[in-house]
Amino acid sequence: MSSDTDIDLKALALEMRGNIIKMNCHAGSGHPGGALSSVEMLTYLFFKEMNFGPNNALDNDRDRFILSKGHGCMSLYAALAKKGFFDEEEFKHLRHIDSMLQGHPDRVKTPGVEFNSGSLGQGFSFSLGCALAGKRRGSDGRIYALLGDGELNEGQVWEGLMFGAHYKLDNIVALVDYNKLQSDDLNSNITALEPLMDKFSAFGWHAIEIDGHNFDEIAAALAEARTVQGKPTIILAHTVKGKGISYMEGVPKWHGSLAPQGEERSQALRECGLEGLD
Amino acid sequence: MISLREAFGNSLVELAKTRDDFVVLDADVAGGTGVNIFRDAYPDRFIQCAIAEQNMVSMAAGLASTGVIPIVTCYAVFASMRAIEQARNGVGYPNFNVKIAASHIGMDVGPDGASHQCVEDVAIYRAIPNYSVVSPADPTELKRSLSAILDHQGPVYFRTGRSPVPEIEGNNPSAPFLLGKGQLVREGTDLTIIAVGIMVHRAVLAAELLATQGVSCRVVNMASLKPIDRDLVIKCAAETGAIVTAEDHNVMGGLGSAVAEVVVSASPCPMDFVGIQDTFGESGEPDDLAAKYGLTEKDMVEAAERVLARKVGQ
Repeated sequence: MSSDTDIDLKALALEMRGNIIKMNCHAGSGHPGGALSSVEMLTYLFFKEMNFGPNNALDNDRDRFILSKGHGCMSLYAALAKKGFFDEEEFKHLRHIDSMLQGHPDRVKTPGVEFNSGSLGQGFSFSLGCALAGKRRGSDGRIYALLGDGELNEGQVWEGLMFGAHYKLDNIVALVDYNKLQSDDLNSNITALEPLMDKFSAFGWHAIEIDGHNFDEIAAALAEARTVQGKPTIILAHTVKGKGISYMEGVPKWHGSLAPQGEERSQALRECGLEGLD
Repeated sequence: MISLREAFGNSLVELAKTRDDFVVLDADVAGGTGVNIFRDAYPDRFIQCAIAEQNMVSMAAGLASTGVIPIVTCYAVFASMRAIEQARNGVGYPNFNVKIAASHIGMDVGPDGASHQCVEDVAIYRAIPNYSVVSPADPTELKRSLSAILDHQGPVYFRTGRSPVPEIEGNNPSAPFLLGKGQLVREGTDLTIIAVGIMVHRAVLAAELLATQGVSCRVVNMASLKPIDRDLVIKCAAETGAIVTAEDHNVMGGLGSAVAEVVVSASPCPMDFVGIQDTFGESGEPDDLAAKYGLTEKDMVEAAERVLARKVGQ
């Protein structure tokens, strides 16, 4: 639930972006574009919306966040470290041997990670299993799954959409990071995704369309989802890939797997309010 | 006589009476897997997942993450291929406590033909880290082994079967079923047939035929395909000096390969492999298919003769 404490979400989002760039540079590779596009959604979920932190991470009635678009894991790692699941020192070891931070999420190695995502489509179905189990136990824990737009190419996602509607899973919210770019190219040059809102509605989900970088719209959509009964909610969040780093915004190559070098690195750090890699 | 799939349905019902920690998932094939028996007895513990095996397997991981034990049921071709990457990345890699139980194994599938005759499942699941692979031989062992895999923490691939099979004498000791332990079904000194699933009964028949020729054939049931009973394989290799494996599965990557991995590294001896010779099947009655594709007790006797000839020549 939303906390009453006054949190500066914009400052938190900037800090998350800075940590994403730092760990990306330490790793020398990774997927910055899709991590940056999801920052506001993760910031709001982890620091306003969800009842989830190190103190209740083993409570079966906790809220759960599943990063189905596992390649965007740098934003998840930034959020988990800020929540206190592990020290920010770990950022230096991302993607290196013997690290707790893997190239894609690993629940066994990394505290706070719910699922080993990275293979697209699976995290969403996993989330549906968490939601169904919650319904069966009468749990009030809520399930949040973040999907990529390219991920919607996977047939498994549409199997899951049918499943969620069939079982009336109103305790799950799926969010789509609709940054319009996937690995090879623009979504629209890859396959026929649209009309997404019509498709989600036709599949029996309560569909909401928002600006995924606007905290007020994120807050309103999540609040609306809590009022929906008898059907699951999906939020189509329009975003900008690479958001916050000017030269990455909307540029396909920053999907991954790479990290900024030289002057680009300095500029990225500056745009996040940082002077350098520590 | 009942089939292993019917025994599976019955055993689920019986186990549900004393333990409430598992649910059963189905992909619209409950009549084929035997799970309809459980669905009718425990509708609240039965989850229809539709013809969507990929979502079913990943969803099962989500259930498991909350402490429920999901028993995922479908046909082996779909469990081991349609949804294998979900079983690998979403269940095996995070080591979730999911049981994947498949019917419709090998030529025993019969008239449905090659599309449904799975000849690869053991090879596939055996190669995925964290998985155990269990394939019981008779209805009593099915119940014992099902109970054991529910007690085991971690992913398991479990095989049933379509045709009725008899109870095998000597296969069901009073001791509980243990992962990693094979069962000595018949004593013998000249060679050992190590068999799995419906082939164990045929191996006993082969041993009886060999006895009439003066050959003393040991029979081992290797229901725990992974982890395999290394000690028992080494003991059989050392004591009988020749091994024939028997499986209703491709000879590549299945029981024969698993036994050979132990034999060649620890106690080399002549081996021969009864199984499907790297080919797809076709429609037909299971007995006719077994005869055509070399899966009968007569095929085991011929393999025994070949391996004994090599043993003498050593």
